[in-house]
Amino acid sequence: MNNTSIMIVGVGGQGTLLTSRILGDVALSSGVDVKVSEVHGMSQRGGSVVTYVKMGEKIFSPVIEKNEADIILCFEKLEALRWIDYAKKDATIIINTQRIDPMPVITGKAKYPENIIERIKDNYKKVVDVPALDMAEKCGNIKTANVVMIGVMAQCTEIDKEIWLKAVEKTVKPQFVDVNIKAFNLGYDFARDCFI
Amino acid sequence: MKKLLLGNEAIARGVYEAGATVATAYPGTPSTEITENIAKYDEIYSEWAPNEKVALEVAIGASYAGARATCAMKHVGLNVAADPLFTASYTGVNGGLVIFVADDPGMHSSQNEQDTRIIARGAKVPVIEPSDSEECKNFTKEAFKISEEFDAPVIVRLTTRIAHSQGIVELQDRENCELKPYVKNPAKYVMMPAMARRRHVSVEERMAKLREYSENSSLNRIEWGDRKIGVITAGIAYQYAREAFGDVSYLKIGMVYPLPEKLIKEFASQVETLYVIEELEPFIENQCRLMGLNVTGKDKLPVIGEYSAALIKEKIFGETSEKLNDIQIEVPGRPPVLCAGCPHRATYYVLKKLKLTVSGDIGCYTLGALAPLESVDTTVCMGASVGVALGMEKARGAEQSKKTVAVIGDSTFIHSGITGLIDMVYNNSKGTVIILDNSITGMTGHQHNPTTGFNIKGEPAKQVDLVKLCHAVGVDRVKVCDPFNLKEFEQIVKEEVAADELSVIIAQRPCALLKYVKFGPVLTINQDKCTKCRMCMKLGCPAIVDRDDHIEINPTQCVGCDLCPRVCKFNAIEKAGGQNE
Repeated sequence: MNNTSIMIVGVGGQGTLLTSRILGDVALSSGVDVKVSEVHGMSQRGGSVVTYVKMGEKIFSPVIEKNEADIILCFEKLEALRWIDYAKKDATIIINTQRIDPMPVITGKAKYPENIIERIKDNYKKVVDVPALDMAEKCGNIKTANVVMIGVMAQCTEIDKEIWLKAVEKTVKPQFVDVNIKAFNLGYDFARDCFI
Repeated sequence: MKKLLLGNEAIARGVYEAGATVATAYPGTPSTEITENIAKYDEIYSEWAPNEKVALEVAIGASYAGARATCAMKHVGLNVAADPLFTASYTGVNGGLVIFVADDPGMHSSQNEQDTRIIARGAKVPVIEPSDSEECKNFTKEAFKISEEFDAPVIVRLTTRIAHSQGIVELQDRENCELKPYVKNPAKYVMMPAMARRRHVSVEERMAKLREYSENSSLNRIEWGDRKIGVITAGIAYQYAREAFGDVSYLKIGMVYPLPEKLIKEFASQVETLYVIEELEPFIENQCRLMGLNVTGKDKLPVIGEYSAALIKEKIFGETSEKLNDIQIEVPGRPPVLCAGCPHRATYYVLKKLKLTVSGDIGCYTLGALAPLESVDTTVCMGASVGVALGMEKARGAEQSKKTVAVIGDSTFIHSGITGLIDMVYNNSKGTVIILDNSITGMTGHQHNPTTGFNIKGEPAKQVDLVKLCHAVGVDRVKVCDPFNLKEFEQIVKEEVAADELSVIIAQRPCALLKYVKFGPVLTINQDKCTKCRMCMKLGCPAIVDRDDHIEINPTQCVGCDLCPRVCKFNAIEKAGGQNE
């Protein structure tokens, strides 16, 4: 397996930690070296949050640098824009179309940029926008939007679907397994034709 | 068996495998998960102590009593625990004593970025520094051995990227570690001058032996590659250096204090150009310079913030990354905010309205300094809000106390606010302290504390009663109020600030993220009634957004806490789905 660098970016509270744990478990099951770098503490309170997952033969730094990410999983549009310089030229960028206004926008000190997804699509070929929140709502729990996104991402890797499902099952709380599996499948089916 | 573990989880595993039986801590990012994970092992007694000083004293006692014991804290926690640390260094140990201290370069969640290695050197305590999760576990076990062999407390120093990165760890079995006999030995354990003078001699002898140990320890290793460049490095900086320099030679230091000087000299003699790559202070580098070595380090690299492979490439080789897109949009920042439903929002709304000077403290509620609440005036360290408010009063006279309040969380108050309050009582303050009692230690991720009624394992525990505690130390005026009752709370604050004696207000409402906290349906703004007066915007709620032509509530962010309807003068904020009564 070539080294793969994945970034998960979003807003504190959107479930980036759980997502990185699922990805980490998938990598471990695939028998490669893996490092996952998380953010805890103050940023988790609604701040910009980034998590790095790196897998491959031998991983040194747990951190992904600019122009290095193979995949960026964006849980919020503005965060996609914030971290876009970290993408490789041929990176896959998966963007949840959700908008969460940061405090400077809420207080009127800054404007939420227009046409974020279009601008990213102008520059990168493999960009998928996902209405993950609506899809999660369909599953019956909007908190599963992160797992919808994992389902989408699973389509662009060569890792077996079963490994993904097992990782989801292992990582989420037992009472939420069913709804999360449903969310994963919805994302997985949504992206069926996205990466051909 | 192989498992993917956070550095902090791997430390906990190492503590378990080393056969330790006592673990204490006060929570603090990025160290908290160490003790949270130790608490999962029933073989180990674990506890949240009221502060790091007490935590370390408990661990010292356990060590004297013959157990392998640990204590964990963040870097600034070591300042609080410095007093017992410096003298425990003299007494030495009985059972192994290992202290985990997590530094926070880049200040992801801290008020400064001090370097623990410097305090450790001051205390003459050996320091070990792992570079990944596997080393976190293995170095922890080695630290116990060093502690017992050299009769010294040992610090394992982490940084945020080590503590909060997951890596693969090979699990091993727990060592069976018998409790060592406790023998009364005042010459070793009673540090009064006559004994301490002799113990200082032992400390210096121990340091000499530790220097020898460091020369031959497997904690330090050379990885030979191209000898044109040699890099001396430790901790997370090793990982960044590996990516930035590639196939050159490395001296990877695992024991950063005392340093293996002969090994460093030998390594230096076999490479053409020598670099020292370490985050924060030039700790290894200065030692190299004292040894007369010509090194490149902080002359090119910063003492501020976190490193990365890219930063090293840029500063050392002048390589910068090319921009691969033509996106030139200014991205608004996203600072952390008080959560929707947070009890502190109501408190700060009132304090701002009353235009009070607010002496703040450490916790989620420090976020009350940011726009639009912008209420907090000062934040120094755990517990400082109370002393700082008293100092302001004494400097500017009693009138200042009528314009000032100290705000401090429940856990922080127990940590070190209570001593400040006693100072206020004793020295005739007329000030006001607001204890923000949200029934949990919030920012670090919901740890119990002496006021919550539960211990680290979630078992029922004796609960410190804040009202009785305040009365007991001599505060006669103690009021309890839910800050969401805005009118009542405002009235109480006005009265207590104006009062000609010391008072405590306990603003009591649980953290919105606690599982048992249930709110009503989400709220929505009735646009027909809304006059766009923007009173609700003053709350700084992440769910209420100004769309220029109208104000709306984002239903995915709103938790239905029902605070904003209380500030709306036009009854325009309603429960979604027409559920208003």
